[in-house]
Amino acid sequence: MIRRFLGRLANPQVGALVGVLLINWLLFPNFFRVTWQDGRLFGSLIDVLNRGAPVAILAVGMVGVIATKGVDLSVGAVMAVAGAVAATLVVAGYPAPVAVVVALAVGFACGLWNGFLVAVLDIQPIVATLVLMVAGRGIAQLITEGFIVTFTDPVLIFIGTGSFLGLPMAAVIALVLMVLVTLLVRRTAIGLFIEAVGINRRAASLAGIRSRMLLMLVYALSGLCAAVAGIIVAGDIRGADANNAGLWLELDAILAVVIGGTSLLGGRFSVPLAVVGALIIQAMNTGILVSGFPPEFNLIVKAGMIFIILMIQSPFAVRLLPPGLLRRAASRGTEK
Amino acid sequence: MKLISKLAIAASLVTALSSAGSAQDLNGLTIGFSQIGSESGWRAAETSVTKQQATERGVDLKFADAQQKQENQIKAIRGFIAQGVAAILVAPVVATGWEEVLGEAKEAEIPVILLDRGVDAPEDLYLTSVASDQVKEGRVAGQWLVDTVKDKACKVVELQGTVGSSPAINRKQGFEEGIAGHANLTITRSQTGDFTRSKGKEVMEGFLKAENGGKDICALYAHNDDMAVGAIQAIRDAGLKPGSDMLVVSIDAVPDIFTAIAAGEANATVELTPNMAGPAFDVLAAYLKDGTVPDKFIITESKLYTATDDPQGEYERRKGLGY
Repeated sequence: MIRRFLGRLANPQVGALVGVLLINWLLFPNFFRVTWQDGRLFGSLIDVLNRGAPVAILAVGMVGVIATKGVDLSVGAVMAVAGAVAATLVVAGYPAPVAVVVALAVGFACGLWNGFLVAVLDIQPIVATLVLMVAGRGIAQLITEGFIVTFTDPVLIFIGTGSFLGLPMAAVIALVLMVLVTLLVRRTAIGLFIEAVGINRRAASLAGIRSRMLLMLVYALSGLCAAVAGIIVAGDIRGADANNAGLWLELDAILAVVIGGTSLLGGRFSVPLAVVGALIIQAMNTGILVSGFPPEFNLIVKAGMIFIILMIQSPFAVRLLPPGLLRRAASRGTEK
Repeated sequence: MKLISKLAIAASLVTALSSAGSAQDLNGLTIGFSQIGSESGWRAAETSVTKQQATERGVDLKFADAQQKQENQIKAIRGFIAQGVAAILVAPVVATGWEEVLGEAKEAEIPVILLDRGVDAPEDLYLTSVASDQVKEGRVAGQWLVDTVKDKACKVVELQGTVGSSPAINRKQGFEEGIAGHANLTITRSQTGDFTRSKGKEVMEGFLKAENGGKDICALYAHNDDMAVGAIQAIRDAGLKPGSDMLVVSIDAVPDIFTAIAAGEANATVELTPNMAGPAFDVLAAYLKDGTVPDKFIITESKLYTATDDPQGEYERRKGLGY
């Protein structure tokens, strides 16, 4: 059991994460120092978990969509909508649980809308979700009337900045979501259905999979995950910033899924590895912040690192290696 | 300090009264205002303040929102010329391509005043331009820090605006000028927070880890208030008291920073005033009265606000402006 678990850890994604963390440690020797402060863990490593959580949550939703050969560009905008809904509701005096449930429902509805466009109207996913990517931010701005809606509601703030057993709440939520979704797709046949639809939707339908229903479900799940991330991001700054919340995060989420070994052409996917992908991206971001590089280098450094990680994972690079651990691990990593 | 702030209030009262005096000159006139759009809180505030200033002076303000498009602005200006307005205020969305339409206004003998941004056009095509000096804003912030820490050694961390944007470049340069010659002040870390709260918070978390849990940092300089508001939360999370363990100075003077100043969590902010129309109306009144030609470039005041300037009152005054 333990050996199987360790064996699963030996894959290029986890290797890349360890590599990035080691580079951070070389640049900043205190990187791994974690202390206990005010009832919570405090350190750069914790920052990686906390800051990486929104993209990790987006990636959990995105991975199912991409496995069906789709893509969801609207998640950043849905984050902004969900944050705006939650913030305006608590400011208007509604209790926080109501605000959270309504925000989640709005995210779910946004996902269903995407699913409807893709599954029923057969619009290409990239175009279908582009609609909401553009419109969503406008809707969020309408809800907030262009202001940053600030709130003092303790529950929302706890969701964004609280801690559970010393770990940041955002990271805990991401972990729980990852485990739930992994169980949902791997302990039932849903994961297999998703892969079947992604590889060949027509064949899957002919084999009896209700692909329309399934597509609606994966987009709705993606919308729901985006809403969770949106509430976290709003709670984090105690305000809903319709212009900037989740801006460009859809691209980070797609990147996380791709780093996690899921092909944009659909088929095999892995939820935990997509989360590892999100952590790799955040580890780079945090590393850049603590390293003290001038900000002009941020994007170049990030792009260079991503290039190297994708190179290591490419079939070309794997072919160069002698048939050894990495090769077996690489095939195992994406096989599940 | 008390006395100084009282004097400042008295002075502002005097200017308010004097502007009320000249207000009569514009009474009943129709003036067109072509605004860029409402892309930021500050822009929305500029629009509401301009409308306020117009009402105070009895001006009939024709307002046109260009929704970020120059063609809309040109259409609006042509519309104003056709209506025969007394003057036109323009906040130009881009710098180029104004010669023709400004020429038409000049032919119709309608004075044009540029607000907030300049244009690449011959200077005789417009009466004057009213704008802030971003370098000066940074300098005022730096000067405040120099005066506050005096001879004490002080490590400063800087949250920059979006890389390559002109406010980020100018406010950085201004601050560096402000603290130049004071070797006790050193900028140890400088990163971009993209002018947003969440990035401000995230970057500050990085700074705090990198500088011994924040104990080595004596002051934070943020290129805008939003980043400072985010960073303040990060400082608090690190177990430090923003405002006392670490000085916080930023630029813009949006309402939320005044809440932080009132709570003692921020120390100072430099105002980027949304009142560009007030000075514009003043020079316009003088120009229409006896032909006084104003300077080509009117720089608005970069006023410093601290805890002694009634932060709670400033918050109340600003919160309805649309920030």
